[in-house]
Amino acid sequence: MRSIYKTGVAALAASTMLAGAAFADAHGALSGTLRIVSDMSNPGPRAVMEGLAADFDAMHPDLTVDLTIVDREAWKTQIRNVLSANPPDVVNWYAANRMGPYVDAGLFMDITEWWDAGDFAGLESVRGALTQDGRAWGVPYTYYQWGVYYREDIFNELGLSEPETWEQELANCQAIVDSGRACYTIGTKFLWTAGGWFDYLNMRTNGFDFHMQLARGEVAWTDDRVRQTFANWRQLIDMGAFIADHQTYSWQEALPFMINGEAAAYLMGNFAVDQLRNGGLTDDQLDFYQFPIITPGLPQGEDAPTDTFHVAAGAQNVDAARAFLKYVTSAEVQTAINGPEGLGQLPVNANASVADDEFIQQGFAMLSGNAQGGIAQFFDRDWPAEMASVGMEGLQEFMVFPDNLDDILARLESARQRIYQ
Amino acid sequence: MSMAGTDQTWLRRNRMTVTPLLFLLPGVLFFVVYVITPIFQSFGISFYRWDGLGEATYVGLANYEELLTDRNFEVSLWNNVKWLALYLLAIPAGLFIALFLNQTVAGIRLYKSLFFFPFVLSQVVVGLVFSWFYLPREGLLNAILQALGLGTVNILGDPDLATYGIIAAGLWPQTAYCMILYLTGLNAVDPEQVEAGRLDGAKGWKMLWFVILPQLRPATFIAFVVTIIGALRSFDLISVMTNGGPFGSTRVLSFYMFEKALGEYGFRMGYGSAIAVVLFLIMLVFIGYFLWQMWRDERDARRG
Repeated sequence: MRSIYKTGVAALAASTMLAGAAFADAHGALSGTLRIVSDMSNPGPRAVMEGLAADFDAMHPDLTVDLTIVDREAWKTQIRNVLSANPPDVVNWYAANRMGPYVDAGLFMDITEWWDAGDFAGLESVRGALTQDGRAWGVPYTYYQWGVYYREDIFNELGLSEPETWEQELANCQAIVDSGRACYTIGTKFLWTAGGWFDYLNMRTNGFDFHMQLARGEVAWTDDRVRQTFANWRQLIDMGAFIADHQTYSWQEALPFMINGEAAAYLMGNFAVDQLRNGGLTDDQLDFYQFPIITPGLPQGEDAPTDTFHVAAGAQNVDAARAFLKYVTSAEVQTAINGPEGLGQLPVNANASVADDEFIQQGFAMLSGNAQGGIAQFFDRDWPAEMASVGMEGLQEFMVFPDNLDDILARLESARQRIYQ
Repeated sequence: MSMAGTDQTWLRRNRMTVTPLLFLLPGVLFFVVYVITPIFQSFGISFYRWDGLGEATYVGLANYEELLTDRNFEVSLWNNVKWLALYLLAIPAGLFIALFLNQTVAGIRLYKSLFFFPFVLSQVVVGLVFSWFYLPREGLLNAILQALGLGTVNILGDPDLATYGIIAAGLWPQTAYCMILYLTGLNAVDPEQVEAGRLDGAKGWKMLWFVILPQLRPATFIAFVVTIIGALRSFDLISVMTNGGPFGSTRVLSFYMFEKALGEYGFRMGYGSAIAVVLFLIMLVFIGYFLWQMWRDERDARRG
């Protein structure tokens, strides 16, 4: 532990010195305008982003930071226009497959040299998620764990403990259903929440590597192993584990079921904690566990979506953009923006410290110690966009009408054959 | 000097023709650039596979062939038909409310305003109000059903009912629109003809059918036009109330086109354009009919 810490500090110092030397001239010379378009539009993240822009602006007297914040959902369709017409310098986006179309279209700048020059010390472990065709196309700034958030008080009342195996999970769920509650709340109106369930069930049933093969289109959706995943899912559906009418709710509209105690748990990303606390749940009532093991002996894979910054290929102020990426990913800034006062998520820099928060700490321990299978980004980021959209629709249909499975899988398979050709 | 002189006289001689043309020019120009050109561009793009960013690949009729086997497209097309058929209910409903409100009693203006009110609301608000009304547990609809001892129903979550639920929401403002058209129409009904009809013994349905309705023909025509257009523009209600779900059962062509071409997981510009072309051809049938109807009316008016 000690040696790792030492190496980390040494690496940081070395890189700072190197960068300092290389930047000695450029540093003071940053001038003009740095245009950033960000999708951090929710209240908490918005404050973080505005703080970052203001601080960076203050550090460089000759530089003006021009920040535009776009609604997070709207940004998913606007980014194309913004990048192709009058592109800003820096934009927000997502890692892995989601950045593929922009890389292919040449809209993101290749920043491999900046990585190689040691700009982003401490980020080596996450470089893979930003790499495509052997080149690096951006930097991450935050990520978060997925897992089961549950009502500790209900578990205590029923005498249940955190399940580690599928049998324990089913037994727990039966006890919760018998007490008149649903095991899990979920809102599938916008589909992606069902993608989270499939990710976990498939990674636990068939393993991370199989999951990724399926994502790359190398395995048929009608494969028996995929069917096994759905069979496991069906066990939960048939016992009434999920709340009724979930196809009508968004993920936020599904929160009250857990807050009111009508459902005992929620498979979600860590961003749900903030909402659950705002809904009136205390940390005594709320806890977290890693999704249980289904097939014994498979190393666990985890969903941990990463949010990113990229430099537009048409950026005007490349020097300032480079300095901004370096600034955002530095250990101190990472500690600050991912802290409980900021995003409340995990820092991407290995030298940053993880916030003293029950859930962030548990997530950090889980991802660094108990995710040997690998880290997935999420269903709608690992699968190509079109397959993700057809797929999640099928997953939602399966959750409402499990009997339609054969039809759904046949449809997904024909979509796979068309999309990956 | 002499050239300028002839120019002036040419302009002066033709100003009755030139002036309206000049006034029309900006409008025509914008119409060509923003309406006509994109229509032909859509036709063109529909023969390509293109993600909107990279190179477009010519694929011939492949997009249209895919449409033939695309179940989502079939569902969307049928939903469009449902919208067109059921939305027309707004016309008789609007007519009867207008007849009912076309009387002079105290406070009638207030009642008229209340009936007209939903039309003033944005479609998004209408969609939100109705989706709350339909909520499976807290919704007013289920509260009423339960009070009557009937079971609950999750209209927007049921693939067989959701489209009808959205159409019902759309009918609320559309009925108000038709009502206002008929109310103005009723003001123009000739009291002498009504009187004459009454002397000849017409009353009730006969009076309505043979005396009133023929005089309301212009209002009916406009109501028909706006209702058809409204039915084909049903995008916002669907987007707000179900987002096309559950599992795509409430999509219509315009929504499906948006999803495929511009949505979060879409960016298949060619395929989206192919859907848009089909939608355009459907609209063309109605547009052609409307234009023909208007041309005939004008011709008759000129003759009369």
